Amino acid sequence: MNGSSSNGSGMNGSIVSLRNVHKRYQRGKQSVDVLHGLTLDIPRGEFVALMGPSGSGKTTLLNLIGGLDTPTSGEITVAGQRLDQLGSGGLSRWRSHHVGFVFQFYNLMPMLSAQRNVELPLLLTSLSAAQRRNNALAALTLVGIADRAKHKPAELSGGQAQRVAIARALVADPTLLVCDEPTGDLDRKSADDVLQLLQILNREHGKSIVMVTHDPKAAEFAGRQLHMDKGALQES
Amino acid sequence: MIKQFAAITWMNLQSLSQRLGAASVIVVGIAGVVAVMVSLLAMSAGFKHTLADAGRADRAIILRGGSDAELNSNLTRNDLATISNAPGIAKNADGQALLSSELVTVVNVPKIDTGTEANVTLRGVGLTLGGVRPELTMIDGRMFRPAVRELIAGAGAVKQFRGLSTGSVLHLRNADWVVTGVFTSNGDVHESELLADVDTVSSAVERTGYSSAVALLTSPAEFPAFKDALTTDPQLKVDVQREPDYYAAQSQQVTKTINIVGTTVAIIMAIGAMFGALNSMYSAVATRTQEIATLRAIGFGAVPVLLSVMVEALLLSLLGGMLGAGLAWLFFNGHTVSTLGGAFAQVVFKLTVTQTLIVTGITWACVIGLLGGFFPALQAARLPVAEALRAG
Amino acid sequence: MKYLPLVWATLWRRKVRTVFTLLSIVIAFLLFGMLETVDYAFSHPGNDVTGADKLITLNKYSITLSLPFADVQQVRALPGVVEVTWITWFGGYYQESKNFVFALPIDTDSYFKVHDNELLVADDAMTAFRNTRSGALVNSALMKKFGWHVGDKIPLHSAIWTQQPSGSLDWTFDIVGSYDAKDPAQAAQMASNLLFHYELFDEARSFGKGQVGWLEERISDPKRAAELSDQIDALFANSSNETKTQPAKEFTMTFLKQYGDIGFVLRAILGAVFFTLLFLTGNTMMQSVRERIPELAVLKTLGFSDLKVLFLVLGEALLLCVIAALIGLALSYGTLPIIKLGLPGVELSPWALAPGIAVAVLLAIIVGAPPALRAMRLNIVDALADQR
Repeated sequence: MNGSSSNGSGMNGSIVSLRNVHKRYQRGKQSVDVLHGLTLDIPRGEFVALMGPSGSGKTTLLNLIGGLDTPTSGEITVAGQRLDQLGSGGLSRWRSHHVGFVFQFYNLMPMLSAQRNVELPLLLTSLSAAQRRNNALAALTLVGIADRAKHKPAELSGGQAQRVAIARALVADPTLLVCDEPTGDLDRKSADDVLQLLQILNREHGKSIVMVTHDPKAAEFAGRQLHMDKGALQES
Repeated sequence: MIKQFAAITWMNLQSLSQRLGAASVIVVGIAGVVAVMVSLLAMSAGFKHTLADAGRADRAIILRGGSDAELNSNLTRNDLATISNAPGIAKNADGQALLSSELVTVVNVPKIDTGTEANVTLRGVGLTLGGVRPELTMIDGRMFRPAVRELIAGAGAVKQFRGLSTGSVLHLRNADWVVTGVFTSNGDVHESELLADVDTVSSAVERTGYSSAVALLTSPAEFPAFKDALTTDPQLKVDVQREPDYYAAQSQQVTKTINIVGTTVAIIMAIGAMFGALNSMYSAVATRTQEIATLRAIGFGAVPVLLSVMVEALLLSLLGGMLGAGLAWLFFNGHTVSTLGGAFAQVVFKLTVTQTLIVTGITWACVIGLLGGFFPALQAARLPVAEALRAG
Repeated sequence: MKYLPLVWATLWRRKVRTVFTLLSIVIAFLLFGMLETVDYAFSHPGNDVTGADKLITLNKYSITLSLPFADVQQVRALPGVVEVTWITWFGGYYQESKNFVFALPIDTDSYFKVHDNELLVADDAMTAFRNTRSGALVNSALMKKFGWHVGDKIPLHSAIWTQQPSGSLDWTFDIVGSYDAKDPAQAAQMASNLLFHYELFDEARSFGKGQVGWLEERISDPKRAAELSDQIDALFANSSNETKTQPAKEFTMTFLKQYGDIGFVLRAILGAVFFTLLFLTGNTMMQSVRERIPELAVLKTLGFSDLKVLFLVLGEALLLCVIAALIGLALSYGTLPIIKLGLPGVELSPWALAPGIAVAVLLAIIVGAPPALRAMRLNIVDALADQR
């Protein structure tokens, strides 16, 4: 059961599949077990909110799902690829095609315009300069912020910057969006705007979304809520 | 105000350990500039000392009128006879006039460092040498004898050229000369030369007559009368100069060249170091924006902030200056070098890192530091406090 | 490449810091260009091809000693020697001792036979020269320098030679024409030359008759220069006037070498300059990368491989160093006229600047490697976690 087909159809139509995943960190002489034998399936096209107190391991789980980290043991299959079998080079390549990230602090390059920020993932493709520009503008239009294409991050409000970040996450057309506290740094109004946008992306464009949040109001925008505590899942 | 300034400066210095990288940039950058500058100027100081500072006000050099250097000058035996009768010349215990008739020529000897041959001055001197040049001291071997092909080598020449130790043999014009000893003479230009009996040199180079005459006067005050007696004599066409003046003119060209090169390089490097200092200080101010804003919010004034930043820059550049001057002194002080002197022959001189030079170097360091610290300091003092606090 | 806008934008993230670092590098390469030009001039003989068939013969022991005139015949008789001419040092200056004039008393026929492939003289100037005993042919650069014209009577002061019977050191010449170097590469070394008649000189000088200062030979085959030099010296090996003969180009080099180990001084200065520059730039780059760890981590999340990130940082260092180096070298090229003033008669070549680019690349690699490695090795998860 390799499950490494490249067209994204995994077992059971899941976009994310974890089997008995453990994650242990070495901090000097001490080792910390963060995840204890996690097993999880997330079906395609779902918008999942992952919640839990700090230290529960939710960020660690998100990092594993996004291919930013590898498990100590266990199997992870995302978008049809066994991530636990890839090295860092393979994970890099996989990420550029299959996943888009949205962070709490936007993480835009301060010296690039919004448009150039969105083009960044496309530098890894073989698209021409004109094609990159067009795709970036298309993504910016999708999130409703094309009029700010030439502005630098410092000239944007929090909500606008996060939209740019979402556009960047979308531009390479990934099947999965991974969001780490996307509204953590925004005011109520902007937060609602962003969450509505995520909903639209999920319902109308079929993007699967896994979102970590500690805000119950934000979690309501998702289709399913998962709770974690002390490295294990609790269904809600 | 002083208290505020002291408090801020103390804080700055304490936080320095976190910013070692940026701080060391100023120190190293300025150390580099000062080291190079001091070394180059030590060359010209050493050259000048060898040539111009040696020489006595009561010793006169007589050349043929219109010649600007010994090598171009030509005096006959008659000329020398007339000169010896001039008033003011000191006499030795035997009643001989302390007047040395000299013949200067140039010979080729291989250098120790490159192995290629370079010009060395061979100076034939009169028998009254010991009296005319009392500072001349034999440090090895013995004095040459007259009428024999023997010569003594200056201590400076021995350091720069091959085969000049006591007992070695030099081949000159199909004849062998024996080095009978080594001498010093207060570190002046003659230490770069080879000395022998003037008549022997004369016959060896097949020249009649002499290049110059050197007279020791009874006192420096005798010089004007001595000079007048010779220059007003219708049978003589001579130029009479005090020894220091003659050598000062000789050394002018080379000293000027070294100074120009040294200063140009130093200025360019200083500009570079200043950019480095500016960089460092701007970065220092940028990383401490929050701190400074907090201080200003509490009530510390703008001027103490400005001064404290400049003092920090000053202290760092002072450290750099001392390091640079110290390096120059360590590596180059006393190091002998030789170059082409005014007479187409090598002059050996010592790089002298004098106290003046060290002070000059450290002063430059401080100037660079102050200039480099000023604009960042200004920016720190003018920080819009509220903005800076919010940005944190 | 397509990454250029990204690398360029990253460089200017902190304008002030980049500008000052850039300027520091520019200064360093300005110095590099200037010092390398001087060092190159001192260690490379001139590029003129026309001088390759010329030799110079001096008294072996000292340039201040002379050679007997009789030597000329012996050298002339040597197979491979096309012609020999003789010259004596005049030591001339015009009005003040700083206005040096390289006045050469020449034997017209033999001198031009030796040097005609290097000199450009108008026919009428040549005729006037042959017909005027006190005539002088002046290099056009010298004419311009003192504002002389054909027909002027100019006095030159010799530091050595007195005339008979007046006993004066002043010699007067009639300017009958000007001349130039055929090969521009030789123009500098001829710029102070004035040619006058050896007969006038030899008859009038009050001592030294029958002696000449040095010989200049023209040989048929430049490849035999070293061999013929040895043969000429062998002619006089056991006489009382042993000679040293060398190719004319080497003579200038040997003479310049006497100024001392210039190369060492220049290298030492440049060493100090670049060491401090390495320190400064290395520090700046390290600091810049440290500040950008989160951004570099984000690039990795987007899918930029570790190696790509390494090359992005190296690319930054390269861009900065090479651009700054080019500016600095261009500036140093602009200072050539000033350097020429200090080194009259020496040919300066822009080729000296070529190694500058290699140095810039080396600098970029040394300075960029540690931060680039840091960027390559950063762990995405840790870097992002540190943001909280």
